[in-house]
Amino acid sequence: MSQKLLQESRRNFITRSAAIAALYLAPPVFLKAAAIDKVVPLPIEKEKLALEINGKAYDIMVDSRSSLLDTLREQLNLTGTKKGCDMGQCGACMVLVNGKKVNACLALATDNNGNKITTIEGLAKGEQLHPMQEAFVKHDAMQCGYCTPGQIMSGIACIRTNHANNRQQVKDYMEGNICRCGCYQNIVDAILEVKKSGKPV
Amino acid sequence: MSDNKFFFSPADDDRADGFEKVTGSAKFTAEHTLPNLAYGLFVCSTIAKGSVKNLDTSKALAAPGVLDVISWQNCPKVPGYDPAPENKNKPGFEWRGLKVLHDNKVRFYGQPIALLVADSFENAMGALSLVKAEYDKEAHETNFDKARLVDANLKAAGNYKRGNASAYQTAPVFIEAEYNIPVEVHSPMEMHSTIAVWEGADKLLVYDKSQGPKGTQTGLARAFGLPDKNVRVITEYVGGAFGNALRSWLHVPAAVIAAKKLNRPVKVLLTRPQMFSLVGYRPQCWQKIGIGADKTGKLLGISHQAISGTSRYEEFREGIVNASKFLYACENVDTDYKLLPLDMSTPTWMRGPGEVTGCYALESALDELSYKLKMDPVDLRIKNFTDINPENNLPWSQKNLLECYAAGVEKIGWKNRPKVPGTAKDKEWLVGYGMGGGVFGAGKGNASVRALLKNDGSLLLQCAVSDMGPGTSTSMVLVAAEAMQMPKEKIKFALGDSDLPSGPSQGGSGTTSTVGSAVNLACTTLKTRIKELAIQTIPAFQNLKTEELEVKNETVFLLKDGSGKMGIKELLQKANKPSIDLTVDSVGGNSSKEKKMTSNSFSVHFVKLRVHSKTGEIQLTKVVTCGDAGKIISEKTAKSQMMGGVVGGIGMALKEELTFNHSTGAIKNASFGGYHVALHTDIPPIEVFFTNKPDNYVNEIGSKGVGEISLIGFAAAVTNAVYNATGKRVRDLPITKEKLGFKNA
Repeated sequence: MSQKLLQESRRNFITRSAAIAALYLAPPVFLKAAAIDKVVPLPIEKEKLALEINGKAYDIMVDSRSSLLDTLREQLNLTGTKKGCDMGQCGACMVLVNGKKVNACLALATDNNGNKITTIEGLAKGEQLHPMQEAFVKHDAMQCGYCTPGQIMSGIACIRTNHANNRQQVKDYMEGNICRCGCYQNIVDAILEVKKSGKPV
Repeated sequence: MSDNKFFFSPADDDRADGFEKVTGSAKFTAEHTLPNLAYGLFVCSTIAKGSVKNLDTSKALAAPGVLDVISWQNCPKVPGYDPAPENKNKPGFEWRGLKVLHDNKVRFYGQPIALLVADSFENAMGALSLVKAEYDKEAHETNFDKARLVDANLKAAGNYKRGNASAYQTAPVFIEAEYNIPVEVHSPMEMHSTIAVWEGADKLLVYDKSQGPKGTQTGLARAFGLPDKNVRVITEYVGGAFGNALRSWLHVPAAVIAAKKLNRPVKVLLTRPQMFSLVGYRPQCWQKIGIGADKTGKLLGISHQAISGTSRYEEFREGIVNASKFLYACENVDTDYKLLPLDMSTPTWMRGPGEVTGCYALESALDELSYKLKMDPVDLRIKNFTDINPENNLPWSQKNLLECYAAGVEKIGWKNRPKVPGTAKDKEWLVGYGMGGGVFGAGKGNASVRALLKNDGSLLLQCAVSDMGPGTSTSMVLVAAEAMQMPKEKIKFALGDSDLPSGPSQGGSGTTSTVGSAVNLACTTLKTRIKELAIQTIPAFQNLKTEELEVKNETVFLLKDGSGKMGIKELLQKANKPSIDLTVDSVGGNSSKEKKMTSNSFSVHFVKLRVHSKTGEIQLTKVVTCGDAGKIISEKTAKSQMMGGVVGGIGMALKEELTFNHSTGAIKNASFGGYHVALHTDIPPIEVFFTNKPDNYVNEIGSKGVGEISLIGFAAAVTNAVYNATGKRVRDLPITKEKLGFKNA
């Protein structure tokens, strides 16, 4: 997504889901000022949305307020993408949109019309794991496994965008992906190994 | 989950459920799909204390998709909220803690006062702010630092004395210091949720994020007046918990109530901000330690006082002062523990409960004493090492701390540690080394395990335990593979379902010991059954005793010369048995009548770090963490767990602090943007060392836990290293550059 598009989608997001965002983010003072009753759109329209997810085409109707994350998880049962905060702060919902990494919780589903989305479910070919998934298993780069899909998607983006040339670079790039079990060292080991192997990601 | 597929064969030591976790096919609680599912979200109070005078739900109920707003005004009767007189005093029959949606009282800021249920997440979220509450406010107190100074606010929570009290004051060398930790929050990556489905008037199915499916089952059965067997709790994957899923919080009964009232499945979701107020936390704690020694470093007295926070409506206690009683040889020890009730939600066990708080202070104080003695802090600990627990005078079944000290000293490069703090420099950085130790109880509880050996050669083991991340199935498969002497690829361990044979809650570093012992018992029993079947089935084995046979490599044969070998698959087929199916009950505690020894897990952490001389930035450069926890069953996952403790410890030492706006009682930083946990960039190279010595007094498999000791004592190691680097002693966590005297740049 271009910078302009990103800004555009961010503005849409803020205006169209102000109520949702406000509930999460705002202290009580802001809630009063925002006159919440007016920004909740009533009645709610469902919008048409065409997506290509993991190579499969979807033509669906979505709630105009639905995030890409909730559309994946609640409507399409693609629950591999995780909800860790719903505020863009943890990276558990990382997906690739047209090849670029995006926090799915911060993206409105309807802003993704025509986009190609890759989620964690789209990486393995049957039982054949993607090199990054294989490396995560080998290095035990997980404990509870909840942040793992997001770490893997970011890890792939890390290599694709040429940010995996050394340990510090990987750590800097991966900073937005929180792992509360504390598997960071193994995650970085896994990413560096995939990079070193030269396998296509 | 309880199927028996072996589609992915992990390499030698890989995590058993790694495939599911890296492909996204592992289903966590909120991810179970059900027809006609409704979504419940809490409406939370915006005062800290008082009552709801008026709750206007009319606008919310008129919003699209809203099904109900459940509050004390319309909540169906919950038997456990008001138990029958004959059950009133029986443990467990009355719902423990706050009874959600039961009354209009407000006990803390952000307390649920209603549950809004809608037909979609968006509709629920969109209508939430339309519920309007008016309150009668009462004066509240959330300021721990202020309230703890008033004696009348404090509640005694136990004291202890061995020898003389305050003996440290008469020692030739002593120090006296106060230590503070703020409120810390578990913050697992998976947010709590519960899906409740009534499958009939008296049959309940619940998907819940729980560290103990059996505990959740019993709790809900009592609360809703059902027999245990009519409640099924499924908790297949748990996305981290660290203690906060050891009890059923408010959202669990709320989901069950809503599903009952609406007669459809309801999923109640907590938001990330609610994860900071509705599922417990490590309480704020003030401690004072006085510790004295003779000139050789022999400890003469330890006095340890602690005051920790709790809620106004429940008492939460933990073993904060316990390690001071027994970790080191000392004749005179006195401790005093008090609670400070505040208008906050109830704290709970968080990784290394009690000991993390206590050992932070104790291990910091020992470090301070070492400088006063002009003695190496490792030598001071070695000087006061004891093989006999001074609190109960029993010998430790295993205690290999000396080996841990030696390993850590060597691996961290302790010889480079500056004797005089603030003197080791690397360009603009000040370099320091520090260490700190930890201890946690080790024991074995009750557990039952089912073993199902099928005639296709596969072995399925089942237990109603759950796995929040340490790799329980991985370790259990390894225990079974060892006991059965068969390839682990053919073994599967199923968990996370209360319908399975009873298992413990995953907590207190007890799962591997408790469930591992039961798996081991199931396997040894299974081997006997195989031998009995062989004697009945194979003519050559007739008249033999089971002791004369051996089971190994999926075959049964004559022990003395290995003859008569028959495959177990073949044996079952020949006997025309589809399977051997057995369930064993493994009994906790120690089998000997009188306790002759005492058991703990121990840890020592070594930290090397640097502090920037101009900005005060603290960077850890190396960590060596040493665990003495008996036999390590699964080295790969145990190492990950130890590293996880270190990462949690880095957060505790340098970043984590929940803060409150005391004028409203609201949490100020209830998000990952405000409550800072350790990130990729905070982590130095971490090296893990295990003594790996079986402790067969604790259990047959010789294993103890590492979940808690990995964190206990770590924050002290950082504190001590910061002092070694800078000469500045910070006694309030987290250590920040401001506390080191640098301005926030």
